Amino acid sequence: MKARNEEVPPAATAGGAAAVDVPAARRPGARRGRERLTPPSWLAMAFLLPALLLLGFLVVYPIVYSVIRSFFDASGDGFVGADNYTGIFKGHNNLVAVRNTAIWVVVAPTIVTIVGLVFAVLTERIRWATVFKLVVFMPMAISFLASGVIFRLVYQMDPDKGVANAALVAIHDTFAQGTTYPGAGPRNGGDAPVREDGGAVVTVNSYGPGQSALVPLLKVKQQYLPKDAKPAAQPPAAKPGQLTGTVWFDFTRGGGGQQNTPNAGEVGLPGVKVEAVRDGKVVAKATTGDDGTFTMKKVPDGTYTIRLPKDNFTAAYRGAEWLGSTLITPAIIGSYLWVWSGFAMVLIAAGLAAIPRDALEAARVDGATEWQVFRRVTIPLLAPVLMVVMVTLVINVMKVFDLVYIIGGGDPNANVLALQMWTVSFGGGNDQGAGSAIAVLLFVLVLPAMLFNVRRLRQERK
Amino acid sequence: MRVSRLMGAAVAAGLLLSSAAACGGDDDGGSDGSTPAGGGALKGTTIEVAAKWTGQEEANFRKVLKAFEQKTGAKVNYASTGENTDAYLGPRIEAGNPPDVAILPQPGLMQQYAQKGALKPLDEDVVAQVGQNFSPYWKELGSSGGKAYGVIVKAAYKSILWYRPEAFDEAGVQPPAAWADLVKAAGTLQDAGTTPFTLAAGPQDSWTLTDWFENVYLSQAGPENYDKLAKHEIKWTDPTVGKALETLAEIWGKPDYLNGGVATATKTKFDESVTQVFGQQKAAMVYGGDFAAANISTTKAKVGTDAKVFAFPKAGDTPPAILGGDVGVAMKDGKGAQELMKFLASPEAGKVWAGLGGYLTPNKNVPPDAYSDPIAKQLIGQLQQSGDAARYDMSDLAPAAFGATPGKGEWEALRQFVMHPDDVKGTQAKLEAEAAKAYK
Repeated sequence: MKARNEEVPPAATAGGAAAVDVPAARRPGARRGRERLTPPSWLAMAFLLPALLLLGFLVVYPIVYSVIRSFFDASGDGFVGADNYTGIFKGHNNLVAVRNTAIWVVVAPTIVTIVGLVFAVLTERIRWATVFKLVVFMPMAISFLASGVIFRLVYQMDPDKGVANAALVAIHDTFAQGTTYPGAGPRNGGDAPVREDGGAVVTVNSYGPGQSALVPLLKVKQQYLPKDAKPAAQPPAAKPGQLTGTVWFDFTRGGGGQQNTPNAGEVGLPGVKVEAVRDGKVVAKATTGDDGTFTMKKVPDGTYTIRLPKDNFTAAYRGAEWLGSTLITPAIIGSYLWVWSGFAMVLIAAGLAAIPRDALEAARVDGATEWQVFRRVTIPLLAPVLMVVMVTLVINVMKVFDLVYIIGGGDPNANVLALQMWTVSFGGGNDQGAGSAIAVLLFVLVLPAMLFNVRRLRQERK
Repeated sequence: MRVSRLMGAAVAAGLLLSSAAACGGDDDGGSDGSTPAGGGALKGTTIEVAAKWTGQEEANFRKVLKAFEQKTGAKVNYASTGENTDAYLGPRIEAGNPPDVAILPQPGLMQQYAQKGALKPLDEDVVAQVGQNFSPYWKELGSSGGKAYGVIVKAAYKSILWYRPEAFDEAGVQPPAAWADLVKAAGTLQDAGTTPFTLAAGPQDSWTLTDWFENVYLSQAGPENYDKLAKHEIKWTDPTVGKALETLAEIWGKPDYLNGGVATATKTKFDESVTQVFGQQKAAMVYGGDFAAANISTTKAKVGTDAKVFAFPKAGDTPPAILGGDVGVAMKDGKGAQELMKFLASPEAGKVWAGLGGYLTPNKNVPPDAYSDPIAKQLIGQLQQSGDAARYDMSDLAPAAFGATPGKGEWEALRQFVMHPDDVKGTQAKLEAEAAKAYK
C-alpha cells in the first residue's frame, strides 16, 4: 500500500495546487510523536518548491491574469467592469456560439459514451476483438487537424468528391431514376416560342391536330446529352388526328445559326416526355425519339398547349447539405464521434473486463436473459466508469476547437465558445479582453466537472 | 481493484486534458538575438524579416533577399508568420521582440501598429526612394499620421476575371468590356449549357465577394466615393452601395449562373473555385486576382492558352483597377532594417522579383519588360493605364474585424447577400451595423 501513497505527488501535479496542500498540511502534526522516518517538513517544502513555483508560474498566474484582463477593454487600459461577460451573450452570432456549445456538451459526450459502450460490449463477444478495437481506436492517433481535413472532404457537397453525399446519392438513385435534362429551359431573354411555367416548359402558342410544334430548349448541360442523340430533324408531317413536333437543343456551337428552327449542327433531345394540355387536362402524350421528334396520335379536335412536364428537368438528387446552416453542428459532432468513440470504448472495455464474472454467472443461473443481465447487472457495475468517461468528455467537448475551425471554416453557424475565444482575441477581433472573458467563462464551466473528477479520485483512495 | 486503478488513470487523463483549458492566454514567439551593428557594408548584421509567404512565393522572396545579402553583406533570416499575421506579430510586439522588418498583408494593420507605436518611421533616403518610384496614392497609403512607415513591396491585381477560352468559343461569346455585356455573356453561356461562374463564397474565402463589390463600386461611384467609403465617411446605407449591390445581384442573384447553385457556392473555397473552372471544366469564368495563376498551374490547364484573363468589366464610368498588396514596415531601429526597406522600395528588387514570376508592383520604374510571364505583362499594362484611378482593396483598408475576418463583418454580410440577393436594404443595414462597430 506504500506504493499507492507514492502516487500522490504526480497526480496532484496534474490536478492543481489544491491537492498538493492537503498532504503537506496534515503531515507535521501527524508525524511528530513517531519515529522520524520521513524528512522534516521544511525539507519537503524545499523539494516541492520548484514544482510549486513552476505551477504558480504556468498555471496560477495565467488564470489570475486572464481574470484580471477580462475586466479591461481591447487596448488593456480602460476598465469596463462586467461588459466583456455580458457581451458573450449579446448579438446573434455570440448567442449561436453559446447555443452550439450547449448542444455539444449535451449531445456529444452522451453519444460517444453510448457508442463506446456498445462497441465495448460487442467486442467482448467477437473473435477478432483486438483487431476491431485497434481499428476503432485508430482515429485517436490522427491529429484533430487532419481529422478535420478528412471530414471536410467527406462532407463536400459535390457527390463526386464528398463520400457522405456519394453514399446518399447512390442509395437514392437505386430507388429513383435520375431525370434527363436538369437545368434545361427556354432561352434567356428574347422572344422564345416556349416559356417556363412552374418548372415545366410550355409553348406560348396553341396547336391542334394536323399541326406541328417546334419546342426549342437551351441550357442543356453537355454531361446530360445522351450519346445516341441525332441531329435535330424537322417535325414529321402531321396526318389528320396527329400532332407532331421536335424538341431539340437550339444552340449552334460557336454561336450563330437561326434561332428557334433546327439548324445544321443542332441535336435533338431524345427521351423527353411531351404532353398536349387544355385547361389543365392532358389529352395526349408522347416521348421524343433520337432526333428529338415526337408524334401524338388520336388527338381530339381543338387547340392545345404543348407541355414538357417538370420531371424532365428537375435536378438530380445531390445529397444533403452537410455543411449548411442546420446540419453543420451535427455533422461536426459526427466527426468528433469518429475520433473519440475509440477512447470511450477502450476505457469501458477495461472496466467491463474488471466486472466480477460470478455476478454475471449468478444472474444467468437465476434465469435472466442477456438483455436483463446487461441492463440490470453490467450497467450498474459499470456506472462509475461510464461517469468518468462522460465527465472527461464533457471537459474535452467544452474546449473543442480544431474540428470546428477546420470543418466549419469560419461559418458562424458552427461557432462554439472555444473558437469564439480565439477569433475574438487573435483571429481578427483583436480584443483580448473579450477573449479572456470567454476563457474565464469556459474555465468556470469546466470547474464542476473537474471537481467531480477530483472528488472521485479521493474517494477511490479511501 | 482493476477498476479503481483504471479510473485513476482516466481521471488523470481528464485532468490533463482540461488543464489546457485554463491556459487560453498569451503566448510569445521564440527569442533570438539580432542586434544590428551598423557599419558601412552591413557586414555581420543580421536582419529578421517576417512575411506570410510560403512555398513558391517564399522561395522567390528568398531569392530577392539573397540579392540584398550579396549587395550589402548582411545576413537576412526569413520567418513565416502563417496566414494570420496579426496573431503572429501581436504577441511578439507585446513581448518587445518584433522582427526587424515585417511584410504586412493589409495597410489597415500598418495603421493599427503605427498608432500603437510599434513601427519605426522610414529614414529620409528611404522616403526619397519611395517618392521616386511610386505615385502619391501609394506613398499616402504607406503613411500614418503624416509619417511614412510603409512601402508597397508586392501588389496583387484584382480587377480581372479568369475565363476558359474553350467555353467562350463554344458559346460564341467575346470577353465583355461592360457589366451589361458580362450579364449578357453569362446568359449566352448558360444557354449553351455551360454554367457561367464559380463563386468562392465559402466563409473562409469571402474576400472574393468583397473584391467583386469593390470593382463594381469603384466603377459606378468613382474613386472619390470609394475613398470615402473606405474611411467610413459615407455610410454603407448610402444609395451608391445599394446600387452596387443591385448590380451584383444581376449575377449573384441567379443561382443558375453559379456552379452548384447557392448551396455549393456558399461553401466553396477559393482554390476550389479555380479548380472547378480549369480542372473540372464545370464553369466558364471565375474571379481571382493575378495570383490565381498559381492555383491554375495545379491543374492541367495552361495559363495563357487554356486560362485567360479579361479586365473586370466596368459597371459605370470608371474602369476599375483594384490592387491588393503587402506593405513592408520597419519594426526595430537600426541601419539594417532601413537599408532593407530602401532595397525593397527600389526598382532593383522589383526587377529581380518580376523575373521570377508571380509578382506585380505599382513601382513605376520596374519596366514591363522585366516581367517574365505574359499575363503579368498584360496586367501591368492595364495598371499603368489606369493611372491615378487605381485604388487599394477597400476591405484590406478597413479594420480587420470588418474587412478581413472569416464569418464576420463585411465578409459574412456579403455571403448572406449571396443567399438572399433580394434583400439589398437588409444587407446594407447589416454592413453599416458591422462597420459602425469596427470603425471606432
